[in-house]
Amino acid sequence: MALLDIRDLQKQFGGVQALDGVDFHIDEGEIVSVIGPNGAGKTSFFNVISGMFAPDSGTIVFDGDHVAGHLPNEITERGIARTFQNVRLFPNLTVLENVMVGQHCRTDQGMWGAILQTKKQKAEEARIEENAKEILSFFGTRLAGYRHDQPAFVLSYANRRRLEIARAMATEPKLLLLDEPTAGMNPRETIELTELIGKLRSERGLTVVIIEHDMKVVRDVSDRVVVLDHGVKIAEGDYETISTNDDVIEAYLGRPQGADDE
Amino acid sequence: MSTDLAPEVAKPRRFKFNWVDSFLWFVRVAALIAITIGVVGSFQNFAAGEGPSATAWRDLIISSITTGSMYGLIALGYSMVYGVLGFINFAHGEVFMSGTMVGLISATMPFNNGFWDSSPFISIVVVLLVAMITSTLVAIVIERVAYRPLRGAPRLIPLITSIGVSFFVQYAFAGLFGVATRNYPPSPPGLAADLSIFGITLPISGTRALVIAVAVVSMIGLWYFVTKTKTGSAMRAVAEDKEIAGLMGIDVDKTIVTTFAVGGAMAGVAGLMWALLFRGVDFLTGFLPGIKAFTAAVLGGIGNLPGAMLGGVLLGLFEGVGPLLVLGGLGIPGVSQLKDAVAFAALVLVLIFRPTGLLGERLGSEDRV
Amino acid sequence: MSIDRYVRKWGPVAGLVMSFMAAIGMIRSFDGRMMINPVLSLGYIALLLPPAVFGYLAARGEVNVLEEQERDVPGGAVKGAMVGLIAGLVTVVFMLVTAPFDLSGFFPNINDAMVDVMTFHQGLGLGSLILIAVSTAVGAMGGALHGASEVVRAGVLRSLGWVMLFALFELVVTDIIDVRAIVRFIYAAGGGLQLWSALIIAALAWWLGGRYAGRRAEFSDMAKASEAGSRLRYSLIGIGILLLIILPMLVGGIVNELLINVALFILMGLGLNIVVGQAGLLDLGYVAFFAVGAYGTAVLTSPLSPTFAPALNWWLALPIVMIFAAIAGVLVGTPVIRMRGDYLAIVTLGFGEIVRLLLLSDWLTPYFGGAQGITRIPGITVGPLTISGTSPELFIYLTMIFVAIAAYISYRAQNSRVGRAWAAMREDEDVAEAIGISTVKAKLVAFVTGAIIASFAGALFSAKVGTVFTNSFDVLVSIIILVVVIVGGMGSIRGVALGALMLIGILGGPKSQGLLTEFAEFKLLIYGAILVFMMLKRPEGLLPSVRRSRELHGAEAEQDAWLDRRGDFVDEDAEEAIT
Repeated sequence: MALLDIRDLQKQFGGVQALDGVDFHIDEGEIVSVIGPNGAGKTSFFNVISGMFAPDSGTIVFDGDHVAGHLPNEITERGIARTFQNVRLFPNLTVLENVMVGQHCRTDQGMWGAILQTKKQKAEEARIEENAKEILSFFGTRLAGYRHDQPAFVLSYANRRRLEIARAMATEPKLLLLDEPTAGMNPRETIELTELIGKLRSERGLTVVIIEHDMKVVRDVSDRVVVLDHGVKIAEGDYETISTNDDVIEAYLGRPQGADDE
Repeated sequence: MSTDLAPEVAKPRRFKFNWVDSFLWFVRVAALIAITIGVVGSFQNFAAGEGPSATAWRDLIISSITTGSMYGLIALGYSMVYGVLGFINFAHGEVFMSGTMVGLISATMPFNNGFWDSSPFISIVVVLLVAMITSTLVAIVIERVAYRPLRGAPRLIPLITSIGVSFFVQYAFAGLFGVATRNYPPSPPGLAADLSIFGITLPISGTRALVIAVAVVSMIGLWYFVTKTKTGSAMRAVAEDKEIAGLMGIDVDKTIVTTFAVGGAMAGVAGLMWALLFRGVDFLTGFLPGIKAFTAAVLGGIGNLPGAMLGGVLLGLFEGVGPLLVLGGLGIPGVSQLKDAVAFAALVLVLIFRPTGLLGERLGSEDRV
Repeated sequence: MSIDRYVRKWGPVAGLVMSFMAAIGMIRSFDGRMMINPVLSLGYIALLLPPAVFGYLAARGEVNVLEEQERDVPGGAVKGAMVGLIAGLVTVVFMLVTAPFDLSGFFPNINDAMVDVMTFHQGLGLGSLILIAVSTAVGAMGGALHGASEVVRAGVLRSLGWVMLFALFELVVTDIIDVRAIVRFIYAAGGGLQLWSALIIAALAWWLGGRYAGRRAEFSDMAKASEAGSRLRYSLIGIGILLLIILPMLVGGIVNELLINVALFILMGLGLNIVVGQAGLLDLGYVAFFAVGAYGTAVLTSPLSPTFAPALNWWLALPIVMIFAAIAGVLVGTPVIRMRGDYLAIVTLGFGEIVRLLLLSDWLTPYFGGAQGITRIPGITVGPLTISGTSPELFIYLTMIFVAIAAYISYRAQNSRVGRAWAAMREDEDVAEAIGISTVKAKLVAFVTGAIIASFAGALFSAKVGTVFTNSFDVLVSIIILVVVIVGGMGSIRGVALGALMLIGILGGPKSQGLLTEFAEFKLLIYGAILVFMMLKRPEGLLPSVRRSRELHGAEAEQDAWLDRRGDFVDEDAEEAIT
């Protein structure tokens, strides 16, 4: 059974049809890329899945449950985590705190625990910190050691992207949505991140949907590619099929001159 | 990117139990039931010949509309500043108070030498000018000293600053003019009487008619200024997007000063209206009308100029007629004490029922998200 | 000769400030308080502060962080003197223009008495010249101070600071020393320091401070070192607590009364700090929860409560009041949860006023006493004692205990899962929600915690005063608590304490006087000015929390780059929705 199954998703923003009848599914353990020209509706697609915006119509079934129209935090709790195209960390929290706060929905100690300093609360705090460090160590030396106490805003751009992924991992998701994870990275960092995405599946057992512009990354990581244009899914298949598909080439490059209008 | 349309703020969701939504629905339903029962009760009382007479109701409505149009004029200043800079200029009530207070000087002198009664119109025009100039100057100085250095700061910072400015101006005026309430001279006899046109006496005093007329004229003038003049379109451009407007060769600072100046001038007009309607003025005069005018701006849809005027008049009616009509109908004693509470409740209910106001917000792209 | 740009800018400003202070009656009113007898009154300090400060600023000129400031004594003195001269001239012109007319009908404070003080009681002619000369001299000193070496500058400021402190805290110092002979040596009979004692204090401050300054670096290094440092920190905290316990025994009733006020505001400040500082919700109606606490206690404990009078013991009433406050927190919190930050501010302000107006109304008079309030609220029984406002030296301890509880709650909350969720929400609400934080729950917890802490303050307040009236709960109180939090440093527990001590203790609270009774008339003016000044110059407060200071100043260079990018967020958000 598919981990995520989306049928006929519609979303309008003030007259612009951002998503127009998108069907989508992903099986457990798959890595699927979503590509398309600017304005194709890719990020809207993520926003709707992650609950930032409710769809106008359509169904989203995740892990057997309808989640369309639920609050973002409820959806995250069910196991979908995401990153943002423009990196939205909590810049004044430390690196470690950014990851610790990601575990919010997997922990449950409230005010009483904090005030009374119960054993449970202390154990939980210790566990949160330990988990956070363990997740940060997943990024090798990049986010290690002395950086943990630095506020997030001092990080380099690439490290902010890594930290954002770490924060998403901290929510213990089943499905991870990565929105242009390599944007703004240099070639070496891009290769590193490509490997990391593979490791997310092999070591962590995550299913990943990624929006990506870099075709090399798309080729290297994805089992399957979905192409969106003007809110419509125009093609789907493995990288080889997609890269030779006429509709896709047309969407990216425009209609060849002199082509028939019908 | 191809378009700059912002996402909608509201997030419609499929029904599912949700504490906030349920609570808000409860409030909506409870408010509607209470208002209905109150209004029906008042009508029954009226039919039974109890409570205020028809004339009393009529006078109440007319006076509410006059007060409301004054709120509307102050609300214009809030609305414009919110539209352009995206923060609540808490000190705008004090801008209004400053015009009213200084205008008093220009009213007292002609009153003492009899000029007030002999040439009422000239005197009133002088007061109007003095009030407008004072309010405009105060608004400009506040912008220059307190708000300009904060351009681009997180939005709560200018709001907190404006609270500080508000206090400072209040107590500066308390120090300058003393804390006692002073009274404007009574309306000249020609104005105090009921208005009569072509021998038909209307049930409205000349003063009130003048106040409404001034409000309408100011509104039309402002409307013309904002939509038809070059400065006005610069203002709208800056409201939409400061950065782009700057790139298009608009002097953003100057435009923002103009916005404050125009808002201040409107507050000055409102100051004259306060003088004619209520007469008494002290350093705290600006506080309540200020908050109510902000409520009016939200009610009409913040950033929306006709909305501010409409919101003002509606708020005037809510707080003028509401206590008697709704609370009186519910059998609550001493309703006139609850006038301000009704105005504040109106603010809360408006934001629960329709957060973008009656005529819709008009905010720049930066302020919507 | 061309006049320096900064002299042209600050000279007239200084003059206008001086004239303004004169016109609102501040100088004359402050003149009643002697600081150094008989040379200097607070009024003259206020009058001469502008030339000194603006003279300093003119000497400083352009501020450039990257370059070392040029420091030059004679040059600074000349600039400062010119600022002082211009300021004096402006002020004299103001007096000369207003003196011929009787303006007291409109401006009650512009009168002969004002001129008399401003001219050093020497008449308009000679006095004006003296004023100009003194202003020029003080301006020159301000300017020269900028040029002086680090040691001299620190020394002068330290000496002036300590002399001011001793003069301002006369009441506290005399209470503590309490030996007539010594007191008479330090302070003159009519109030104010003796001239010689002022000089001695200044000299001591210079000398001791200079010696200590060398050791300070050593000391702070030690405090940072983990092993010895933690021992040092604990012993310092221990000494601090010990001092707090001893202090109320040393000082008299008036000062204790003042300390209770300060402590109540620390309590409320800590509560508001959770809502505003930690969770980032600007609540301008916070006083409503204070009112719930006070009226709840009044109704439950007073035998004269109009309708429902169970006349409970205060300790029994407290938990019930806390439950009421929690409910009030949910009732106020829920409707505002989806509102934008600034709407939230104005709606909470509306709620605060609604509560007050309802308590005052005829409608609820049968329950809450309306304008008559509720009287005869009993004190708090502790063992055999009944502690109320009549024994401030005992009441202060009760208040301190509650402050300690509130500080503990704040501290624990800040460093817990809930506190991290608040911080995340404050920084970026959408993202906080997207990573699984229920913002509804987090906001409600913040409102409820804040409300309960305010209800402690309310319960203590009503037991202390013995009566509650609605005028103790107007919007002014909310705003002043906010100023306390902001001045101290949003999100910072120590900051709230400092803010309350400085503002409530010295200037006075909304309904209470501070140490400087002369300030009463002008305290709200000063509150406003402080609020604006802090927002413009130091938005993170005097003792900022670590997170907050990063947010607002931080490592500026690095943050600038980050903020630049953040400026683009808005557009990208819009794009993001569509792409």
